[in-house]
Amino acid sequence: MSRGRRNGWVLPVSLLLALLLGLVPLPETLQPLRPYWLALVLAYWVLEEPEKIGLGVAFALGLVADLAFGGMIGEQAMRLVILTFILDRFRPRMRFFPLSQQAVAIGGLLLNDRVVGLVIHLVLGAVQLPWTYWVSPLLGMLLWAPLYLMLDALRLNRRG
Amino acid sequence: MPTYAGSPASRPGDVAGVLRLLAFLVLSVVLMVLDHRGQWLQVTRAQAEIAVQPLWWLASLPSRLGTGLREDAVTRNQLARDNRVLRNALLVSGARNARLQASAAENARLRGLLASAERTRLDVQLASILDIDLDPTRQRLVLDAGSASGVSIGQVVIDAGGLMGQVTAVTATTANVLLITDPDHVVPAVVARSGVRLMVYGTGRSDVLLATDIPLSADVHAGDVLLTSGLGARFPAGFTIGTLGALKPDDSRAFLQGDVMPAAQLDRGRDVLLLRGYKPVPVPLPVPVGKPIPERAP
Repeated sequence: MSRGRRNGWVLPVSLLLALLLGLVPLPETLQPLRPYWLALVLAYWVLEEPEKIGLGVAFALGLVADLAFGGMIGEQAMRLVILTFILDRFRPRMRFFPLSQQAVAIGGLLLNDRVVGLVIHLVLGAVQLPWTYWVSPLLGMLLWAPLYLMLDALRLNRRG
Repeated sequence: MPTYAGSPASRPGDVAGVLRLLAFLVLSVVLMVLDHRGQWLQVTRAQAEIAVQPLWWLASLPSRLGTGLREDAVTRNQLARDNRVLRNALLVSGARNARLQASAAENARLRGLLASAERTRLDVQLASILDIDLDPTRQRLVLDAGSASGVSIGQVVIDAGGLMGQVTAVTATTANVLLITDPDHVVPAVVARSGVRLMVYGTGRSDVLLATDIPLSADVHAGDVLLTSGLGARFPAGFTIGTLGALKPDDSRAFLQGDVMPAAQLDRGRDVLLLRGYKPVPVPLPVPVGKPIPERAP
C-alpha cells in the first residue's frame, strides 16, 4: 500500500490497545468469549505491512503478552509465531480475498491457535480451559471485517 | 507447523523462514518448560511483571471508571433516599415545633391569667373549659371543675382580659358558666373614667355586649372602659368588662346605647379562673345605693 500518507503511530498504538483489550477485566461469564485481539491486530499488520512485522516481533509481542496476562511464559509467543508464519505464507493469496473470505480464513487461524494452545496445555500438563473458550475464534472472525476497515482507515489516513 | 511449511513453491526464502520459525518455536518451548517446571525464571518474571504494571493499570481504568460511576449513582440514590427521609423528619419536627409553640402560647396565656390573679389579689382556681355553647340563645361554658373541687353556684369566672361570667350550676365534677354575653345576663357596670353607672346586657354574640339606658347628658364617650361596679353583690367591683364603642340614640330617643367589646376572650382560650373567697349573695338583696362593695382580699 503506497497511496496516501501513512500514519506510523497506528501500528504501535493498535498493538498496545489490543494488549489492553486483552487485559480489561470482564465478568466471569464473558471471560471466555473475549476475542484474541492481539492475534487479530497482529494478523492485520502481517497482511498489510509484512516488512515491519516478522516472526521476531510476533515472538517479542507474545512474550510481553505472556507477562502481562500472567500466563505461561512462551505460550503466547509460540502461538503468535505460528500464526504469523502461516499468515505470511498465505499472504499473497489472502490479500486478494474479499473481506468475508478473509474473515473465514482468520477464523480458521484463530481456531488453529486454540488447537495449538490446547496442545501446549496437554503436553505440559497445565490446566485445561473450559469449552466455552472455543467460541472466541468465532467472535474474532466476526470482528475481523470492522477491525480491518477501521485500521485501514487509520493507517492510510482516510476518513470513513 | 511443519505441515504448513510444505507450500507449493519451494524457494530459498521459504527455507530460511521455516528455520526461523523452528528457532522461535524451540525458544518458546524452552521458555515454557523453564517457566512450568523450573523455579529460577520466577525472579525474571517478577521483575518483568513490575514493568507491565502500567499496562494493568491502564487496562483496569475503564472498569474502575465504571465502578466509580456506579458508586456515584448509588451515592445519588442514597442521597435521594436520605433526602426523602429527612424531609419526613422535617415534617415531623415541624409538627412537634408547632405543638411546642402552642404550648408556649398556652404558657403565656396562663401567665397572663396568673398575672390577673396577682393584680386583683384574689384567690383563684384554674379550670379548663370542657364544652362551649355559643348558640345565640345560650352563651354558656362547661368547666371541668365541680363541687368536688370547691366550685359553688354564683362564683365569678374571669380570664386574663376581664370578666367572663358566673357559675350557674354545679355537679360533682363540672360547672356551668353563664357568660356575660348570654342574652339573659346583665352586669352592673361603671365607667372607669367618670364613674357613671350603666347596665351591660348580653346580646347572644360572643364578641359584643350592649350598654343601654345611658342618659343623654351622661359623661360617657366611645372608648370608655367599663368595669364591674360591684352593685348587686353578684360581682366584685373593679373587673374589666369591656370597651364602649360608638354611642347612638336608642329607640325612645331619650337615652343612648352603645356596643361594648368584651375584654375577656370569651370565644378563645381553654382555661378560665374561678374567683374564690368572694361570697356572692345568692338572692338579690337591697343594696345601699352608691356604696360599692369593697374588693375583698383573699
